[in-house]
Amino acid sequence: MSEYIIKNGKVYDPKTGLKGDVSDVCIKDGKIADKVSSKAKVIDAKGKTVMAGAVEIHAHVAGPKVNEGRNYRPEDKLFTYKPTGKHTRMAGGFSIPTTFKTGYEYARMGYTTVMEAAMPPLYARHVHEEIKDTPIIDEGAFPVFGNNWFVFEYLKNNEMDNVCAYISWLLKTTKGYAIKIVNPGGSEAWGWGENCTTVNDPVPYFDITPAEIVKGLLTANEQLGLPHSIHIHSNNLGNPGNIETTLATLKIAEGVRPNNKFGREQVLHHTHVQFHSYKGDSWGTFESGAKEIADYFNKNKNMTMDLGCVTLDETTTMTADGPFEHHLTSLNHLKWANVDVELETSSGIVPYVYDPNIKVCAIQWAIGLELGLLAKDPMRTFITTDHPNAGPFTRYPRIMKWLMSDKSRQDMLKGFKHSDKVIAATNLASLDRELTMFEIAQMTRAGPAKSLGLYDIFGGLAKGMDADVAIFDIDEDKIKDPEQIEKAFTAADCVFKSGTMVVENGEIISSGNKRTLWVDAKVPENKQVERDVQMKFLKFYSMTLNNYEVSNHYVPNPYVIEVDSN
Amino acid sequence: MNIVKLTLTKVSDLYLEAENISPDHFAGKTAQQIGELHVHLGNQTEKISDYFSVEGKGGATAADTKIIVSGATDKVKYIGMKMTAGEIEVLGNTDMYTAGWMAGGKIHVKGNVDSFCAIGMTGGEFIVDGNAKNYLGASYRGDWRGMMGGKITVKGNAGSDTATFMNGGTIDIGGNVDVHLATHAEGGKVIVRGNAKGRVGGQMVKGDIFVLGQVERMMPTYIYKGDEEVELDGKKQMFQVWIGDMGERHGKRKGEIIYGKIYVSSEGAAEAPVARTERKKKLTDKQLDQVKTIFKDQEPTVQQIRTYIYDTFDIDMKPMQISRLIDGIKR
Repeated sequence: MSEYIIKNGKVYDPKTGLKGDVSDVCIKDGKIADKVSSKAKVIDAKGKTVMAGAVEIHAHVAGPKVNEGRNYRPEDKLFTYKPTGKHTRMAGGFSIPTTFKTGYEYARMGYTTVMEAAMPPLYARHVHEEIKDTPIIDEGAFPVFGNNWFVFEYLKNNEMDNVCAYISWLLKTTKGYAIKIVNPGGSEAWGWGENCTTVNDPVPYFDITPAEIVKGLLTANEQLGLPHSIHIHSNNLGNPGNIETTLATLKIAEGVRPNNKFGREQVLHHTHVQFHSYKGDSWGTFESGAKEIADYFNKNKNMTMDLGCVTLDETTTMTADGPFEHHLTSLNHLKWANVDVELETSSGIVPYVYDPNIKVCAIQWAIGLELGLLAKDPMRTFITTDHPNAGPFTRYPRIMKWLMSDKSRQDMLKGFKHSDKVIAATNLASLDRELTMFEIAQMTRAGPAKSLGLYDIFGGLAKGMDADVAIFDIDEDKIKDPEQIEKAFTAADCVFKSGTMVVENGEIISSGNKRTLWVDAKVPENKQVERDVQMKFLKFYSMTLNNYEVSNHYVPNPYVIEVDSN
Repeated sequence: MNIVKLTLTKVSDLYLEAENISPDHFAGKTAQQIGELHVHLGNQTEKISDYFSVEGKGGATAADTKIIVSGATDKVKYIGMKMTAGEIEVLGNTDMYTAGWMAGGKIHVKGNVDSFCAIGMTGGEFIVDGNAKNYLGASYRGDWRGMMGGKITVKGNAGSDTATFMNGGTIDIGGNVDVHLATHAEGGKVIVRGNAKGRVGGQMVKGDIFVLGQVERMMPTYIYKGDEEVELDGKKQMFQVWIGDMGERHGKRKGEIIYGKIYVSSEGAAEAPVARTERKKKLTDKQLDQVKTIFKDQEPTVQQIRTYIYDTFDIDMKPMQISRLIDGIKR
């Protein structure tokens, strides 16, 4: 394997504590090394920024609902296709790009690891087929557990060992990575035409509350010692006044200590917090609750969050939160897709236009950035757009620009049609904090990697870590115009994935050697769960167990993380 | 105004995708530079000069440029796509997507146009002297933003799904229209001077449809509100007023619910309905013989024969009728 040495670059790496120091980065045999031989290819990064490959903690990039989005939104692809290139395949789409474009665009932005945020276990094969077809980036997928009948029944009977055994079985069967919880109880209640909007609303028939579900899965996650914590999208997303539900959900994790061997220090990850930080009691009185949420996160150190920034684009919302999507289509009257995934979850899709001339959309935009600026610990706050729900992931460079430049934020605020109302309903105008390049590296590299329990492999430039390195043509001390930030992060100068150069001068030059990450948690044999699974398949599932499992050929290049939970 | 004359010199084997034929692309270019602009042919990229002779040069701006296209341009798509200003005159027929996403200026086609013409139009003027096929002034597949502005005038007939998801602007059709007129419309105005076949204004939220002939069959979700004198083309005329679509949501203005409206000429409606006579249309023996000779020694598909009959005799037969016809001939 080839050797590289990146010289004279300004290196930002929280893992080794480099804060823009000029330093050399050596790559040997796909890993970061101390030194390389004289044969190593020299890359001069003078005046440029060098960081580890970024880690995406939450995006919807593969699986049935992403594909249904592509399917029912041909207008999203219109005029976006790029023909086959020398090293690339034909690729297109904007808010729901093809798998190829997904891989290429992430790589061009310097992202090398991406987590698919919601995998319905029943359609896990589809998720893995798309992951396989997404070039370059390493990917993992989070199966959804928050509306699962097995989980409900075991938790109701207080059978924690069975919950753990079931989780272990499902992670293995679906080649999943972590426990995802979407609108706990609410998506199941949607089967009855209802929803759970607070943590104490019981689920019909199962008579279990969202609080009990979250508490139960949280306990199971720490009992198993999985690399990532539970990953929550709490109840009542997107409604004015939902901040109370969000805080009530977060309270469940108060005081719980992490138990794992992966260096993870938190027990709960709350995703796309922007959608959960609303005050007011109607769209008329809608205002930002970012301050309350950020204060809570600053105080409670065993939690992480990602922002879910609205980017003010036309996009496609898609979530396993079925009732929310129905709510949304009755607001904007656009086309709606909805599905019930048997014993496991539900799902919905609606296109959405975040129009800067609409007051609510502009306030949502401000809330996402407020959270990023008010959060004191960038190691626990990550940049996302909940792709594609609040905006496509290709807008990350723009979010970095907004977070790094007060001027660009103020210009946006002044440009809104309802500028005064937006400023009054949020605190953004008074926040003049500008994030540094080091903090961006924490929010996009070290932080997410640590939260995912992958900090020994990804998100840093210490010796022995995977050689995922990105070089951006920007110098923090010489930024004259905020647009430079967006431009530099949109197309990296050079990106290495596991030691292979995949991007050169902003263009894809290799499809890399992508891997699928999944977690194999070993638990004691549990006959009860084995029998329950078989019974449920006989009685309720529309397919047999043999057609359910994601067998090895779906995952041709796996990276298995083994957890001994015996 | 500078005039650029394009004359088709070679009929392409495949359909020619010529989105570059637009004043926006021609402005500021010499004949040679215009000839260098690309056209797509399947997965191949070629030049305008491979298929057209170019005379004259573009004006300083698009607004200063007029393009005259002549020759057998039946297989040329995307003429005037996304154009914002200037003028295009086509002497013959054109294929699909002519004037697609047009934003300004004027396009005048003296022959017929195919389907999807002027889709997603936001401004300007599009005139067709002949007939237009389906999806005239509609939205792109999947999109909820159809025609937003501008004016389309078709002197002949228009096909099905005209004005789908229309949001604004005016469509004026001299002849008849096929089914599904102004489906999902949320604004705009459609005038049909002949007859409308049926399913007029299905799922329409807002907007006006004028039919000066007859509506073969009105949707059951429309309510007849009586006759009213309405001004059209500068003179007052009596119309039957129908409101709907009652199955859809409707907005309110000043406390009053706004419905989609269909105005059917009281004169036209009084005449005996043309309904269903068309359905029994058959080929005459002479026409049948013509079809037989054309497709002799061939294994044509149903669709091929159907298209041929539609194009030559202007009879829209059902696929089932065609397959019976084929069976008959074979026997």
